[in-house]
Amino acid sequence: MPRSCLLEPVTSPAPTLQSPYYPRFLPVGDAALTVEFGDAITPELNARVVALDIALAAAELGGIVETAPSYRSLLICYEPLVISFRQLVVELRRLLSRGVPVRQAAAVAWTVPVVYDPPHAVDLPEVAQRLGLTEQQVITLHGEAEYQVYMVGFAPGLPYLGPLPARLHISRRENPRPQVPAGAVMIGGIQANIVPMPVPSAWYVLGQTPLRLFDPTRQDPFLFRAGDRLRFRRIDAAEFGRLAGLTTDALLPLVRVPA
Amino acid sequence: MSAALRAVAPGPYVTIQDAGRRGWRRFGVAVSGAMDLPALATANALVGNDPDTAALEFAHAGGIWDVAADSCRIAVTGGGFAVSADGVALAPWHSHTLRRGQRLSLGGASDAVWGYLAVARGFDVTPQLGSCATHLRSGLGGIDGCRVAAGDVLPLHAMRAPAGPECRVAAPRRASGPMRVVLGPQDDFFAPETIAAFLATPWRISHRGDRMGSWLEGPLLTHAHGYNLLSDGLVPGCIQVPGTGQPVVLLMDCQTIGGFPKLATIVTADLPRFAQCRPGSLVSFAAIGIEAAQDLYCHYRATVAEPGRMMAQVAEPPARPFWLLR
Repeated sequence: MPRSCLLEPVTSPAPTLQSPYYPRFLPVGDAALTVEFGDAITPELNARVVALDIALAAAELGGIVETAPSYRSLLICYEPLVISFRQLVVELRRLLSRGVPVRQAAAVAWTVPVVYDPPHAVDLPEVAQRLGLTEQQVITLHGEAEYQVYMVGFAPGLPYLGPLPARLHISRRENPRPQVPAGAVMIGGIQANIVPMPVPSAWYVLGQTPLRLFDPTRQDPFLFRAGDRLRFRRIDAAEFGRLAGLTTDALLPLVRVPA
Repeated sequence: MSAALRAVAPGPYVTIQDAGRRGWRRFGVAVSGAMDLPALATANALVGNDPDTAALEFAHAGGIWDVAADSCRIAVTGGGFAVSADGVALAPWHSHTLRRGQRLSLGGASDAVWGYLAVARGFDVTPQLGSCATHLRSGLGGIDGCRVAAGDVLPLHAMRAPAGPECRVAAPRRASGPMRVVLGPQDDFFAPETIAAFLATPWRISHRGDRMGSWLEGPLLTHAHGYNLLSDGLVPGCIQVPGTGQPVVLLMDCQTIGGFPKLATIVTADLPRFAQCRPGSLVSFAAIGIEAAQDLYCHYRATVAEPGRMMAQVAEPPARPFWLLR
Protein backbone atom coordinates (compact mmCIF):
# COMPACT_ATOMS: atom_id res chain seq x y z
CA MET A 1 0.00 0.00 0.00
CA PRO A 2 1.37 3.44 -0.84
CA ARG A 3 2.73 5.12 2.21
CA SER A 4 1.14 8.38 1.08
CA CYS A 5 -2.25 6.94 2.05
CA LEU A 6 -1.29 7.31 5.67
CA LEU A 7 0.11 10.79 5.27
CA GLU A 8 -2.84 12.31 3.46
CA PRO A 9 -3.95 15.50 5.21
CA VAL A 10 -7.22 15.17 7.10
CA THR A 11 -9.93 16.77 5.03
CA SER A 12 -13.19 17.94 6.46
CA PRO A 13 -15.68 18.04 3.61
CA ALA A 14 -18.67 18.76 5.83
CA PRO A 15 -19.52 22.37 6.60
CA THR A 16 -20.11 23.23 10.24
CA LEU A 17 -23.57 23.25 11.72
CA GLN A 18 -23.36 27.01 12.02
CA SER A 19 -23.06 27.49 8.26
CA PRO A 20 -24.96 24.72 6.61
CA TYR A 21 -25.61 24.81 2.95
CA TYR A 22 -27.74 22.29 1.18
CA PRO A 23 -27.62 19.96 -0.48
CA ARG A 24 -24.56 18.57 1.29
CA PHE A 25 -22.58 15.57 0.05
CA LEU A 26 -21.08 13.70 2.99
CA PRO A 27 -18.80 10.69 2.63
CA VAL A 28 -19.93 7.65 4.61
CA GLY A 29 -16.67 5.74 4.41
CA ASP A 30 -15.09 4.91 1.06
CA ALA A 31 -18.08 3.31 -0.66
CA ALA A 32 -21.14 5.33 0.35
CA LEU A 33 -22.24 8.95 0.58
CA THR A 34 -25.18 10.85 1.98
CA VAL A 35 -26.94 13.66 0.12
CA GLU A 36 -28.51 15.86 2.78
CA PHE A 37 -31.28 18.30 1.83
CA GLY A 38 -31.93 19.91 5.20
CA ASP A 39 -32.29 19.31 8.88
CA ALA A 40 -36.00 18.86 9.58
CA ILE A 41 -38.81 16.35 9.25
CA THR A 42 -41.07 17.89 6.63
CA PRO A 43 -43.01 16.44 3.70
CA GLU A 44 -41.23 18.90 1.38
CA LEU A 45 -37.71 17.81 2.31
CA ASN A 46 -38.66 14.15 2.21
CA ALA A 47 -40.25 14.64 -1.22
CA ARG A 48 -36.91 15.98 -2.51
CA VAL A 49 -35.15 12.90 -1.13
CA VAL A 50 -37.62 10.59 -2.84
CA ALA A 51 -37.37 12.63 -6.05
CA LEU A 52 -33.57 12.35 -6.19
CA ASP A 53 -33.85 8.64 -5.48
CA ILE A 54 -36.18 8.22 -8.46
CA ALA A 55 -34.08 10.46 -10.71
CA LEU A 56 -30.89 8.60 -9.81
CA ALA A 57 -32.49 5.26 -10.63
CA ALA A 58 -33.69 6.65 -13.96
CA ALA A 59 -30.23 8.05 -14.77
CA GLU A 60 -28.81 4.48 -14.64
CA LEU A 61 -25.44 5.78 -13.52
CA GLY A 62 -22.73 3.12 -13.52
CA GLY A 63 -21.40 2.02 -10.14
CA ILE A 64 -24.50 2.70 -8.04
CA VAL A 65 -25.02 -0.33 -5.78
CA GLU A 66 -28.11 0.73 -3.85
CA THR A 67 -29.79 3.71 -2.24
CA ALA A 68 -31.78 4.25 0.94
CA PRO A 69 -33.99 7.30 1.50
CA SER A 70 -34.43 8.71 5.01
CA TYR A 71 -36.24 11.80 6.39
CA ARG A 72 -34.05 14.45 4.82
CA SER A 73 -31.22 12.59 3.15
CA LEU A 74 -30.43 9.88 0.64
CA LEU A 75 -27.74 7.29 1.34
CA ILE A 76 -26.06 6.12 -1.85
CA CYS A 77 -23.85 3.01 -1.77
CA TYR A 78 -21.53 2.85 -4.76
CA GLU A 79 -18.60 0.91 -6.18
CA PRO A 80 -15.42 3.04 -6.05
CA LEU A 81 -13.81 0.84 -8.72
CA VAL A 82 -16.41 2.27 -11.13
CA ILE A 83 -17.08 5.77 -9.82
CA SER A 84 -15.19 7.86 -7.28
CA PHE A 85 -16.66 10.11 -4.60
CA ARG A 86 -15.70 13.22 -6.58
CA GLN A 87 -17.15 11.91 -9.84
CA LEU A 88 -20.37 10.86 -8.13
CA VAL A 89 -20.79 14.28 -6.50
CA VAL A 90 -20.34 15.90 -9.94
CA GLU A 91 -22.99 13.61 -11.39
CA LEU A 92 -25.38 14.28 -8.51
CA ARG A 93 -24.93 18.05 -8.81
CA ARG A 94 -25.65 17.73 -12.53
CA LEU A 95 -28.80 15.72 -11.82
CA LEU A 96 -29.99 18.19 -9.21
CA SER A 97 -29.19 21.26 -11.34
CA ARG A 98 -31.39 19.87 -14.09
CA GLY A 99 -34.20 20.26 -11.62
CA VAL A 100 -35.37 16.97 -10.19
CA PRO A 101 -39.15 16.91 -10.42
CA VAL A 102 -40.58 16.60 -6.93
CA ARG A 103 -43.05 13.82 -7.25
CA GLN A 104 -43.75 10.53 -5.61
CA ALA A 105 -43.97 8.01 -8.37
CA ALA A 106 -46.15 5.02 -7.64
CA ALA A 107 -46.89 6.20 -4.09
CA VAL A 108 -49.64 4.05 -2.64
CA ALA A 109 -52.29 4.99 -0.08
CA TRP A 110 -53.01 2.57 2.75
CA THR A 111 -55.67 2.16 5.40
CA VAL A 112 -54.13 0.21 8.23
CA PRO A 113 -56.52 -1.56 10.62
CA VAL A 114 -55.50 -1.10 14.24
CA VAL A 115 -56.99 -2.26 17.51
CA TYR A 116 -56.58 0.28 20.32
CA ASP A 117 -58.02 -1.96 23.06
CA PRO A 118 -56.25 -4.04 25.72
CA PRO A 119 -54.23 -6.21 25.59
CA HIS A 120 -53.03 -4.70 22.29
CA ALA A 121 -52.55 -1.16 23.61
CA VAL A 122 -50.33 -1.58 26.67
CA ASP A 123 -49.09 2.01 26.81
CA LEU A 124 -52.32 3.85 25.99
CA PRO A 125 -53.19 4.69 29.64
CA GLU A 126 -49.65 5.97 30.34
CA VAL A 127 -49.57 8.09 27.18
CA ALA A 128 -52.95 9.61 27.99
CA GLN A 129 -51.84 10.40 31.52
CA ARG A 130 -48.51 11.91 30.48
CA LEU A 131 -50.06 14.08 27.81
CA GLY A 132 -53.04 15.16 29.92
CA LEU A 133 -55.49 13.65 27.45
CA THR A 134 -58.19 11.01 27.71
CA GLU A 135 -57.47 7.65 26.10
CA GLN A 136 -60.22 8.41 23.57
CA GLN A 137 -58.52 11.70 22.68
CA VAL A 138 -55.22 9.90 22.09
CA ILE A 139 -56.97 7.36 19.87
CA THR A 140 -58.79 10.08 17.94
CA LEU A 141 -55.65 12.20 17.44
CA HIS A 142 -53.57 9.24 16.34
CA GLY A 143 -56.27 7.53 14.32
CA GLU A 144 -57.57 10.52 12.39
CA ALA A 145 -54.24 11.94 11.24
CA GLU A 146 -52.91 11.27 7.76
CA TYR A 147 -49.32 10.14 7.61
CA GLN A 148 -46.61 9.85 5.05
CA VAL A 149 -44.09 7.00 5.05
CA TYR A 150 -40.88 9.04 5.33
CA MET A 151 -38.58 6.07 5.28
CA VAL A 152 -38.42 2.32 5.81
CA GLY A 153 -35.60 1.06 7.94
CA PHE A 154 -34.06 -0.05 11.22
CA ALA A 155 -35.72 -3.45 10.80
CA PRO A 156 -37.06 -5.04 7.59
CA GLY A 157 -40.24 -3.28 6.44
CA LEU A 158 -40.49 -0.88 9.39
CA PRO A 159 -42.12 2.42 8.26
CA TYR A 160 -41.33 5.74 9.95
CA LEU A 161 -44.47 7.87 9.79
CA GLY A 162 -45.14 11.56 10.07
CA PRO A 163 -46.21 14.12 10.79
CA LEU A 164 -47.44 13.04 14.20
CA PRO A 165 -50.04 15.51 15.62
CA ALA A 166 -48.17 17.88 17.95
CA ARG A 167 -50.38 16.97 20.92
CA LEU A 168 -49.02 13.44 20.73
CA HIS A 169 -45.33 14.43 20.85
CA ILE A 170 -43.90 12.58 23.81
CA SER A 171 -40.43 11.95 25.18
CA ARG A 172 -39.34 8.35 24.74
CA ARG A 173 -39.45 5.88 27.62
CA GLU A 174 -36.49 5.97 29.96
CA ASN A 175 -36.52 2.20 30.19
CA PRO A 176 -36.94 0.61 26.78
CA ARG A 177 -39.19 -2.43 26.63
CA PRO A 178 -37.12 -5.53 25.87
CA GLN A 179 -39.73 -6.51 23.32
CA VAL A 180 -42.80 -5.10 21.63
CA PRO A 181 -44.91 -7.49 19.52
CA ALA A 182 -45.05 -7.68 15.74
CA GLY A 183 -47.64 -5.24 14.46
CA ALA A 184 -47.25 -2.84 17.41
CA VAL A 185 -48.45 0.65 16.42
CA MET A 186 -46.21 3.08 18.28
CA ILE A 187 -45.32 6.72 18.90
CA GLY A 188 -42.05 8.15 20.22
CA GLY A 189 -40.67 11.69 20.21
CA ILE A 190 -42.22 13.40 17.20
CA GLN A 191 -42.46 10.19 15.20
CA ALA A 192 -44.82 7.28 14.69
CA ASN A 193 -44.19 3.80 13.37
CA ILE A 194 -45.40 0.22 13.07
CA VAL A 195 -43.06 -2.66 13.84
CA PRO A 196 -42.94 -5.69 11.56
CA MET A 197 -41.39 -8.08 14.07
CA PRO A 198 -40.71 -8.20 17.81
CA VAL A 199 -38.05 -5.58 18.63
CA PRO A 200 -36.80 -3.84 21.76
CA SER A 201 -38.14 -0.31 21.85
CA ALA A 202 -38.33 2.87 23.89
CA TRP A 203 -41.47 3.96 22.04
CA TYR A 204 -45.07 3.72 23.33
CA VAL A 205 -47.44 1.02 22.08
CA LEU A 206 -50.85 2.54 21.26
CA GLY A 207 -52.30 -0.43 19.45
CA GLN A 208 -51.64 -3.35 17.15
CA THR A 209 -52.34 -4.16 13.51
CA PRO A 210 -52.91 -7.65 12.14
CA LEU A 211 -51.09 -6.66 8.93
CA ARG A 212 -47.82 -8.47 8.26
CA LEU A 213 -45.46 -5.72 7.16
CA PHE A 214 -42.66 -8.10 6.24
CA ASP A 215 -42.89 -11.62 4.91
CA PRO A 216 -39.86 -12.95 3.05
CA THR A 217 -41.95 -15.72 1.48
CA ARG A 218 -44.09 -13.20 -0.43
CA GLN A 219 -43.04 -12.14 -3.91
CA ASP A 220 -42.93 -8.57 -2.62
CA PRO A 221 -41.88 -9.06 1.00
CA PHE A 222 -42.44 -5.42 2.03
CA LEU A 223 -45.78 -3.59 2.23
CA PHE A 224 -44.59 -0.01 2.44
CA ARG A 225 -42.34 2.28 0.40
CA ALA A 226 -40.95 5.71 1.29
CA GLY A 227 -43.47 8.21 -0.08
CA ASP A 228 -46.57 6.07 0.56
CA ARG A 229 -49.49 7.68 2.39
CA LEU A 230 -51.17 6.01 5.32
CA ARG A 231 -54.24 6.30 7.56
CA PHE A 232 -55.37 4.13 10.44
CA ARG A 233 -58.80 2.53 10.82
CA ARG A 234 -59.98 1.43 14.26
CA ILE A 235 -61.05 -2.18 14.56
CA ASP A 236 -62.11 -4.25 17.56
CA ALA A 237 -60.45 -7.33 18.98
CA ALA A 238 -62.83 -9.66 17.12
CA GLU A 239 -61.97 -8.12 13.77
CA PHE A 240 -58.27 -8.20 14.68
CA GLY A 241 -58.61 -11.94 15.18
CA ARG A 242 -60.49 -12.38 11.91
CA LEU A 243 -58.01 -10.30 9.86
CA ALA A 244 -55.01 -11.95 11.50
CA GLY A 245 -56.29 -15.25 10.13
CA LEU A 246 -56.25 -14.00 6.52
CA THR A 247 -53.30 -14.29 4.18
CA THR A 248 -51.68 -11.04 3.19
CA ASP A 249 -52.91 -11.51 -0.36
CA ALA A 250 -56.48 -11.67 0.94
CA LEU A 251 -55.86 -8.66 3.18
CA LEU A 252 -54.27 -6.39 0.58
CA PRO A 253 -57.50 -5.38 -1.22
CA LEU A 254 -58.91 -4.35 2.18
CA VAL A 255 -56.01 -2.06 3.09
CA ARG A 256 -54.77 -0.62 -0.21
CA VAL A 257 -56.75 2.45 -1.13
CA PRO A 258 -57.54 2.55 -4.86
CA ALA A 259 -55.85 5.49 -6.57
CA MET B 1 -29.32 -40.32 2.27
CA SER B 2 -28.14 -36.83 1.49
CA ALA B 3 -24.79 -35.36 2.33
CA ALA B 4 -24.49 -33.21 5.43
CA LEU B 5 -22.38 -31.84 8.22
CA ARG B 6 -23.92 -32.61 11.60
CA ALA B 7 -23.54 -30.14 14.44
CA VAL B 8 -22.60 -32.29 17.43
CA ALA B 9 -21.60 -29.46 19.77
CA PRO B 10 -21.32 -26.27 17.73
CA GLY B 11 -19.68 -23.16 19.16
CA PRO B 12 -21.93 -20.54 20.78
CA TYR B 13 -22.07 -18.18 17.79
CA VAL B 14 -22.08 -20.18 14.58
CA THR B 15 -24.04 -18.91 11.59
CA ILE B 16 -24.13 -19.39 7.83
CA GLN B 17 -22.68 -16.35 6.07
CA ASP B 18 -21.87 -15.31 2.52
CA ALA B 19 -20.99 -11.91 1.08
CA GLY B 20 -24.27 -10.44 2.35
CA ARG B 21 -27.49 -8.92 1.00
CA ARG B 22 -27.37 -6.03 -1.42
CA GLY B 23 -30.31 -4.02 -2.65
CA TRP B 24 -32.65 -4.34 0.34
CA ARG B 25 -31.22 -1.60 2.55
CA ARG B 26 -34.05 0.73 1.51
CA PHE B 27 -36.47 -1.68 3.17
CA GLY B 28 -34.54 -1.92 6.41
CA VAL B 29 -32.74 -5.17 5.65
CA ALA B 30 -29.21 -5.32 7.03
CA VAL B 31 -26.34 -6.20 4.72
CA SER B 32 -25.00 -8.91 7.08
CA GLY B 33 -22.53 -11.37 5.54
CA ALA B 34 -19.06 -12.44 6.70
CA MET B 35 -17.31 -10.23 9.25
CA ASP B 36 -14.01 -11.02 7.50
CA LEU B 37 -14.86 -11.18 3.80
CA PRO B 38 -11.28 -11.88 2.60
CA ALA B 39 -11.12 -14.85 4.99
CA LEU B 40 -14.43 -16.16 3.63
CA ALA B 41 -13.17 -15.72 0.06
CA THR B 42 -9.93 -17.53 0.92
CA ALA B 43 -11.70 -20.46 2.54
CA ASN B 44 -13.86 -20.79 -0.55
CA ALA B 45 -10.89 -20.51 -2.92
CA LEU B 46 -9.09 -23.29 -1.04
CA VAL B 47 -11.94 -25.72 -1.73
CA GLY B 48 -12.57 -24.50 -5.27
CA ASN B 49 -15.72 -22.45 -4.64
CA ASP B 50 -16.71 -19.01 -5.85
CA PRO B 51 -15.47 -16.46 -3.30
CA ASP B 52 -18.94 -15.50 -2.06
CA THR B 53 -20.22 -19.05 -1.49
CA ALA B 54 -21.98 -19.44 1.88
CA ALA B 55 -19.82 -20.97 4.61
CA LEU B 56 -19.97 -21.44 8.36
CA GLU B 57 -18.79 -18.48 10.40
CA PHE B 58 -17.92 -18.98 14.04
CA ALA B 59 -16.80 -16.66 16.82
CA HIS B 60 -13.82 -17.83 18.88
CA ALA B 61 -14.48 -21.57 18.34
CA GLY B 62 -16.62 -23.59 15.97
CA GLY B 63 -17.18 -26.70 18.09
CA ILE B 64 -17.59 -30.34 17.12
CA TRP B 65 -18.98 -31.60 13.80
CA ASP B 66 -19.53 -35.00 12.17
CA VAL B 67 -19.10 -35.67 8.47
CA ALA B 68 -22.23 -37.30 7.08
CA ALA B 69 -21.13 -37.59 3.44
CA ASP B 70 -18.96 -40.08 1.59
CA SER B 71 -16.20 -37.50 1.76
CA CYS B 72 -15.94 -33.74 1.85
CA ARG B 73 -13.24 -31.18 1.30
CA ILE B 74 -13.05 -28.42 3.88
CA ALA B 75 -10.88 -25.43 4.67
CA VAL B 76 -10.74 -23.27 7.79
CA THR B 77 -9.54 -19.65 7.63
CA GLY B 78 -9.80 -16.42 9.56
CA GLY B 79 -6.96 -17.08 11.97
CA GLY B 80 -4.70 -19.77 13.36
CA PHE B 81 -7.62 -21.86 14.58
CA ALA B 82 -6.89 -25.20 16.26
CA VAL B 83 -8.54 -27.61 13.82
CA SER B 84 -8.47 -31.38 14.14
CA ALA B 85 -10.15 -34.46 12.69
CA ASP B 86 -10.46 -37.47 14.97
CA GLY B 87 -7.85 -35.84 17.16
CA VAL B 88 -5.28 -35.32 14.40
CA ALA B 89 -4.35 -31.67 13.91
CA LEU B 90 -5.21 -30.08 10.56
CA ALA B 91 -3.59 -26.87 9.37
CA PRO B 92 -5.83 -23.85 8.91
CA TRP B 93 -5.47 -21.90 5.63
CA HIS B 94 -5.27 -25.32 3.96
CA SER B 95 -7.82 -27.66 2.37
CA HIS B 96 -8.35 -31.16 3.73
CA THR B 97 -10.50 -34.05 2.63
CA LEU B 98 -12.48 -35.82 5.34
CA ARG B 99 -14.26 -39.18 5.21
CA ARG B 100 -17.70 -40.18 6.41
CA GLY B 101 -17.91 -40.40 10.17
CA GLN B 102 -14.84 -38.33 10.87
CA ARG B 103 -15.25 -35.93 13.74
CA LEU B 104 -14.11 -32.40 13.03
CA SER B 105 -13.16 -30.12 15.89
CA LEU B 106 -12.86 -26.37 15.42
CA GLY B 107 -11.01 -24.88 18.39
CA GLY B 108 -9.86 -21.38 19.17
CA ALA B 109 -7.25 -19.02 17.78
CA SER B 110 -5.07 -16.50 19.53
CA ASP B 111 -4.93 -14.11 16.57
CA ALA B 112 -8.57 -13.82 15.51
CA VAL B 113 -12.21 -13.79 16.53
CA TRP B 114 -14.05 -14.94 13.40
CA GLY B 115 -13.34 -18.26 11.72
CA TYR B 116 -14.70 -19.70 8.49
CA LEU B 117 -15.34 -23.29 7.50
CA ALA B 118 -15.93 -23.67 3.77
CA VAL B 119 -17.01 -26.93 2.17
CA ALA B 120 -16.36 -27.77 -1.47
CA ARG B 121 -19.49 -26.94 -3.52
CA GLY B 122 -21.05 -25.40 -0.45
CA PHE B 123 -24.00 -25.86 1.87
CA ASP B 124 -27.40 -26.57 0.38
CA VAL B 125 -29.17 -23.56 1.89
CA THR B 126 -31.97 -21.63 0.21
CA PRO B 127 -31.15 -17.94 -0.22
CA GLN B 128 -33.58 -15.37 1.14
CA LEU B 129 -33.64 -11.95 -0.51
CA GLY B 130 -30.72 -13.02 -2.65
CA SER B 131 -28.38 -14.24 0.09
CA CYS B 132 -27.84 -17.10 2.50
CA ALA B 133 -26.34 -14.77 5.12
CA THR B 134 -27.95 -15.23 8.53
CA HIS B 135 -29.34 -12.09 10.15
CA LEU B 136 -30.44 -13.17 13.60
CA ARG B 137 -32.51 -10.11 14.52
CA SER B 138 -34.75 -10.36 11.49
CA GLY B 139 -34.68 -14.15 11.30
CA LEU B 140 -33.37 -14.11 7.73
CA GLY B 141 -31.09 -16.53 5.91
CA GLY B 142 -29.05 -19.50 7.09
CA ILE B 143 -30.97 -22.19 8.95
CA ASP B 144 -34.37 -20.58 9.73
CA GLY B 145 -32.57 -17.32 10.45
CA CYS B 146 -31.01 -18.82 13.60
CA ARG B 147 -27.63 -19.73 15.02
CA VAL B 148 -26.59 -23.29 14.34
CA ALA B 149 -27.62 -25.45 17.32
CA ALA B 150 -26.57 -28.91 18.50
CA GLY B 151 -28.30 -31.57 16.45
CA ASP B 152 -28.68 -29.36 13.37
CA VAL B 153 -27.96 -31.13 10.10
CA LEU B 154 -26.48 -28.81 7.48
CA PRO B 155 -27.08 -30.30 4.03
CA LEU B 156 -24.21 -30.21 1.53
CA HIS B 157 -24.41 -29.95 -2.24
CA ALA B 158 -21.78 -32.67 -2.83
CA MET B 159 -21.78 -36.24 -1.57
CA ARG B 160 -18.09 -36.58 -2.45
CA ALA B 161 -15.05 -34.35 -2.30
CA PRO B 162 -13.91 -33.13 -5.73
CA ALA B 163 -10.86 -34.72 -7.34
CA GLY B 164 -7.60 -32.81 -7.38
CA PRO B 165 -4.88 -31.78 -5.01
CA GLU B 166 -5.28 -30.02 -1.72
CA CYS B 167 -4.49 -26.31 -1.68
CA ARG B 168 -2.91 -24.05 0.87
CA VAL B 169 -2.26 -20.39 1.28
CA ALA B 170 0.05 -18.55 3.62
CA ALA B 171 -1.86 -17.07 6.53
CA PRO B 172 -2.22 -13.41 5.54
CA ARG B 173 -0.16 -10.95 7.54
CA ARG B 174 -2.59 -8.40 8.85
CA ALA B 175 -1.49 -4.78 8.77
CA SER B 176 -0.66 -3.59 12.26
CA GLY B 177 -1.08 0.19 12.04
CA PRO B 178 -4.07 2.25 13.07
CA MET B 179 -7.44 1.62 11.46
CA ARG B 180 -7.88 4.11 8.65
CA VAL B 181 -11.12 6.11 8.79
CA VAL B 182 -12.81 8.75 6.66
CA LEU B 183 -14.22 11.44 8.93
CA GLY B 184 -17.97 11.94 8.86
CA PRO B 185 -20.72 11.90 7.89
CA GLN B 186 -21.42 13.79 11.15
CA ASP B 187 -17.96 14.89 12.30
CA ASP B 188 -19.50 18.37 12.53
CA PHE B 189 -21.32 17.20 15.68
CA PHE B 190 -17.93 17.21 17.44
CA ALA B 191 -15.45 19.92 18.33
CA PRO B 192 -12.05 19.68 16.60
CA GLU B 193 -10.45 18.84 19.98
CA THR B 194 -12.86 15.93 20.40
CA ILE B 195 -11.97 14.57 16.97
CA ALA B 196 -8.27 15.01 17.76
CA ALA B 197 -8.76 13.15 21.04
CA PHE B 198 -10.60 10.35 19.26
CA LEU B 199 -7.69 9.95 16.83
CA ALA B 200 -5.04 10.16 19.56
CA THR B 201 -6.63 7.62 21.90
CA PRO B 202 -5.75 3.93 22.05
CA TRP B 203 -9.20 2.32 22.40
CA ARG B 204 -9.84 -0.99 24.08
CA ILE B 205 -12.24 -3.35 22.28
CA SER B 206 -15.03 -4.16 24.69
CA HIS B 207 -16.18 -7.66 25.49
CA ARG B 208 -19.67 -6.31 24.82
CA GLY B 209 -19.95 -6.83 21.09
CA ASP B 210 -21.44 -9.03 18.43
CA ARG B 211 -22.11 -9.07 14.70
CA MET B 212 -24.06 -5.81 15.02
CA GLY B 213 -21.38 -3.73 16.62
CA SER B 214 -18.32 -3.46 18.80
CA TRP B 215 -18.01 -0.97 21.67
CA LEU B 216 -14.83 1.01 22.25
CA GLU B 217 -13.62 1.62 25.79
CA GLY B 218 -11.74 4.81 26.51
CA PRO B 219 -12.57 8.42 27.28
CA LEU B 220 -16.18 9.46 26.75
CA LEU B 221 -16.60 11.71 23.71
CA THR B 222 -18.70 14.83 24.11
CA HIS B 223 -20.98 16.18 21.40
CA ALA B 224 -20.65 19.83 20.49
CA HIS B 225 -24.33 20.40 19.68
CA GLY B 226 -26.18 17.55 21.39
CA TYR B 227 -26.59 14.10 19.97
CA ASN B 228 -30.10 14.17 18.55
CA LEU B 229 -29.59 13.53 14.89
CA LEU B 230 -32.46 13.03 12.51
CA SER B 231 -32.09 9.31 11.86
CA ASP B 232 -30.29 8.65 8.60
CA GLY B 233 -28.60 5.88 6.66
CA LEU B 234 -25.46 4.15 7.89
CA VAL B 235 -23.15 1.36 6.79
CA PRO B 236 -20.94 -1.22 8.52
CA GLY B 237 -17.80 0.58 9.66
CA CYS B 238 -19.59 3.71 10.87
CA ILE B 239 -18.38 4.83 14.30
CA GLN B 240 -21.49 6.04 16.07
CA VAL B 241 -21.35 8.08 19.27
CA PRO B 242 -24.57 7.72 21.29
CA GLY B 243 -25.64 9.98 24.12
CA THR B 244 -23.43 8.24 26.65
CA GLY B 245 -20.34 9.28 24.64
CA GLN B 246 -19.04 5.72 24.35
CA PRO B 247 -18.36 5.04 20.67
CA VAL B 248 -19.58 1.90 18.94
CA VAL B 249 -18.27 0.59 15.64
CA LEU B 250 -21.17 -0.74 13.60
CA LEU B 251 -20.52 -4.08 11.95
CA MET B 252 -22.13 -6.32 9.33
CA ASP B 253 -25.47 -6.96 11.10
CA CYS B 254 -26.01 -3.29 11.98
CA GLN B 255 -29.36 -1.60 11.48
CA THR B 256 -29.85 0.37 8.25
CA ILE B 257 -30.55 3.75 9.86
CA GLY B 258 -29.56 5.30 13.15
CA GLY B 259 -30.19 8.43 15.14
CA PHE B 260 -26.78 9.10 16.71
CA PRO B 261 -23.95 11.11 15.11
CA LYS B 262 -21.37 9.12 13.19
CA LEU B 263 -17.96 10.66 13.79
CA ALA B 264 -16.07 8.61 11.21
CA THR B 265 -16.27 5.46 9.12
CA ILE B 266 -13.64 2.71 8.94
CA VAL B 267 -12.48 2.10 5.37
CA THR B 268 -13.49 -1.13 3.64
CA ALA B 269 -9.94 -2.47 3.60
CA ASP B 270 -9.54 -2.19 7.38
CA LEU B 271 -12.99 -3.36 8.51
CA PRO B 272 -12.15 -7.10 8.48
CA ARG B 273 -8.96 -6.37 10.40
CA PHE B 274 -10.96 -4.40 12.97
CA ALA B 275 -13.57 -7.16 13.28
CA GLN B 276 -10.80 -9.68 13.97
CA CYS B 277 -9.36 -7.66 16.89
CA ARG B 278 -9.96 -9.65 20.03
CA PRO B 279 -11.92 -8.17 22.94
CA GLY B 280 -9.50 -6.48 25.32
CA SER B 281 -7.02 -5.53 22.60
CA LEU B 282 -6.12 -1.95 21.75
CA VAL B 283 -6.88 -0.18 18.48
CA SER B 284 -6.32 3.34 17.25
CA PHE B 285 -7.66 5.28 14.31
CA ALA B 286 -6.07 7.50 11.65
CA ALA B 287 -8.08 9.83 9.44
CA ILE B 288 -7.38 9.83 5.72
CA GLY B 289 -8.96 11.80 2.91
CA ILE B 290 -11.62 10.32 0.67
CA GLU B 291 -9.27 10.09 -2.34
CA ALA B 292 -6.63 8.21 -0.34
CA ALA B 293 -9.37 5.97 1.06
CA GLN B 294 -10.58 5.13 -2.43
CA ASP B 295 -7.02 4.42 -3.64
CA LEU B 296 -6.75 2.05 -0.72
CA TYR B 297 -10.11 0.50 -1.64
CA CYS B 298 -8.97 -0.19 -5.21
CA HIS B 299 -5.70 -1.68 -3.98
CA TYR B 300 -7.62 -3.86 -1.51
CA ARG B 301 -10.05 -5.12 -4.13
CA ALA B 302 -7.16 -5.97 -6.46
CA THR B 303 -5.22 -8.03 -3.91
CA VAL B 304 -6.72 -9.12 -0.63
CA ALA B 305 -10.15 -9.71 -2.08
CA GLU B 306 -8.72 -12.12 -4.67
CA PRO B 307 -7.19 -14.88 -2.60
CA GLY B 308 -6.78 -17.20 -5.58
CA ARG B 309 -3.77 -15.19 -6.69
CA MET B 310 -1.82 -16.13 -3.61
CA MET B 311 -2.85 -19.74 -3.39
CA ALA B 312 -0.56 -22.69 -4.00
CA GLN B 313 -1.36 -26.29 -4.69
CA VAL B 314 0.11 -28.69 -2.24
CA ALA B 315 2.71 -30.98 -3.93
CA GLU B 316 0.68 -33.08 -6.28
CA PRO B 317 -0.60 -35.60 -5.46
CA PRO B 318 -0.22 -35.22 -1.71
CA ALA B 319 1.50 -38.48 -0.82
CA ARG B 320 0.86 -37.76 2.80
CA PRO B 321 -1.23 -35.11 4.47
CA PHE B 322 0.42 -31.75 4.65
CA TRP B 323 0.64 -31.72 8.43
CA LEU B 324 2.84 -34.82 8.36
CA LEU B 325 5.30 -33.32 5.88
CA ARG B 326 6.81 -31.05 8.48
